Amino acid sequence: MRMRGRAAMVTGGSRGLGAALGRALAAEGARVALVARGGIDLERTVREIRTRGGEAHALIGDVGDKEQVHFLAGAAAALVGPVDLLVHNASTLGRTPLRLLLDTDCEDLERVLAVNLVGPFRLTKVVAGSMALRGEGLVVHVTSDAGVNAYPRWGAYGVSKAALDHLGRIWAAELEATGVRFLTVDPGEMDTRMHAEAMPEADPRGLADPAAVAERMVAMIRSSETIANGARLAS
Amino acid sequence: MTPATWPRPEPREDRLLRIDPAAGTWRDARLGDLPAELRAGDLLVVNDAATLPASLRGRGPEGQDLELRLAGLAGHGEWWAVLFGAGDWRTRTEDRPAPPRLARGDRIAIGPDLNALVRRVDASSSRLVALAFDRAGATLWAALYRHGRPVQYSHLRAPLQLWHVQTGYAARPWAVELPSAGRALTADMRRALAERGVRFASLTHAAGLSSTGDPALDTRLPLPERFEIPPRTAAAAAEARARGSRVVAVGTTAVRAMEGQAARHQGRLVAGGGITDLVLDAAYRPRVVEGLLTGLHEPGTSHFELLQAFAPPELLRAAHAHAEAAGYLAHEFGDSSLVLRG
Repeated sequence: MRMRGRAAMVTGGSRGLGAALGRALAAEGARVALVARGGIDLERTVREIRTRGGEAHALIGDVGDKEQVHFLAGAAAALVGPVDLLVHNASTLGRTPLRLLLDTDCEDLERVLAVNLVGPFRLTKVVAGSMALRGEGLVVHVTSDAGVNAYPRWGAYGVSKAALDHLGRIWAAELEATGVRFLTVDPGEMDTRMHAEAMPEADPRGLADPAAVAERMVAMIRSSETIANGARLAS
Repeated sequence: MTPATWPRPEPREDRLLRIDPAAGTWRDARLGDLPAELRAGDLLVVNDAATLPASLRGRGPEGQDLELRLAGLAGHGEWWAVLFGAGDWRTRTEDRPAPPRLARGDRIAIGPDLNALVRRVDASSSRLVALAFDRAGATLWAALYRHGRPVQYSHLRAPLQLWHVQTGYAARPWAVELPSAGRALTADMRRALAERGVRFASLTHAAGLSSTGDPALDTRLPLPERFEIPPRTAAAAAEARARGSRVVAVGTTAVRAMEGQAARHQGRLVAGGGITDLVLDAAYRPRVVEGLLTGLHEPGTSHFELLQAFAPPELLRAAHAHAEAAGYLAHEFGDSSLVLRG
């Protein structure tokens, strides 16, 4: 998908990979709506993009909250136009330090699923109908190898990402004939706040720069028509 | 006609009154029969406007309790709004107390993060005002969604949530009331129609308020409304007509957008946007639209007037009387009718 003049919506857009994706998409000429719960980092990212001549808007909201989905989708469409690219990047680890499943509260698992799985489902549900009617659109799920490999202490997060991977495949199958495409991307280990919270002992020098990962993801988005619909890729 | 008081769970089971203006007949069907009522190649044109939470509670300059219902954009960043006095949707619109008389420059406090300034008061109805908000961009949208509720009327049995008033393909939030004919088009129905060979195109039309509580103002409805016809929709309509297929509007707002645009361009549906004040009635000869999927509309309403551009009034009146006797349900969550030749 060529991004010039397109409307993009990125969740978890205040920091890390989401902010880097926002900058990279705006640099490609996309009009970008960035969603995040917190205001200050989000506003800073939007200001940075605008300073460089890009178009970005800050939507403060929680993708895990059912009450906010029509605000997020409606405001994004009002500000940047009917959404062509939706990137589900927001996610939560749940409680940190990460816990063994036997020590994980049911409510913590529910909250992780609400943000990492149900939130993306709801937002796609509200956005993809319009994409299908227009005959094109791209939805990207940001996943993790914790959704494939059973790492101890990553239970809530890993389960949510495994389910998200499958959600992407089923969306792709159901909307196959409509022109709406789905990609699931594992960005690998990056030097982000989320990674530091999950693995505080890790040496950040060994981790990828989110900006470099975002560049590779934008390249995938650009050539997404050549990638199998519903595919899961490593970035 | 009895109103539907709440969204119903299975649209396929909703009733469909099939009115054929050419044959002068009507018959009973179900929405699930819609694919069989259309032909391969027919073009269904939907209104993809999302519905805003357009009802806002506020306080006038002297603390007066009021409700304002956004009616649409007025240009220059201003919005048209209709004011209501104390109370809410549970009271019939026409029984609501009159709003306080506001003047240019008055401030309506909606919340700590949102105020509206009265910029103009309509010359013939003091309830109709043009407002400017003290927020713009993302912060305005956030405040509108935080404070607004869906516009609704007293025939409903409970407060609506925003998800009750969206179609399955809504995008930009231009409508202040649900473009309700589109409720019929669930993803499953769109798939069944596509398998039948029916094609789809979209436009965006800022569906306005259907009632204001002021009889004089009600006679001016629908107010001028903003619309946008994308190039691919104009092309799809031209192709449909060229191959002898029918252009079928989903909802009166889709009719108004297409015919309003055609009326401005020598009868041709060209791509573009604008504001239309076209009001269709029995004297109007449609240029683009051959029929429509819509609700059940009472004689005497502006929607019934619009239907007369597509079918003779005697047929519509007789069909409506039949539907009423047969227990069809009216209003935004009610049953549907398909007014189309052949």
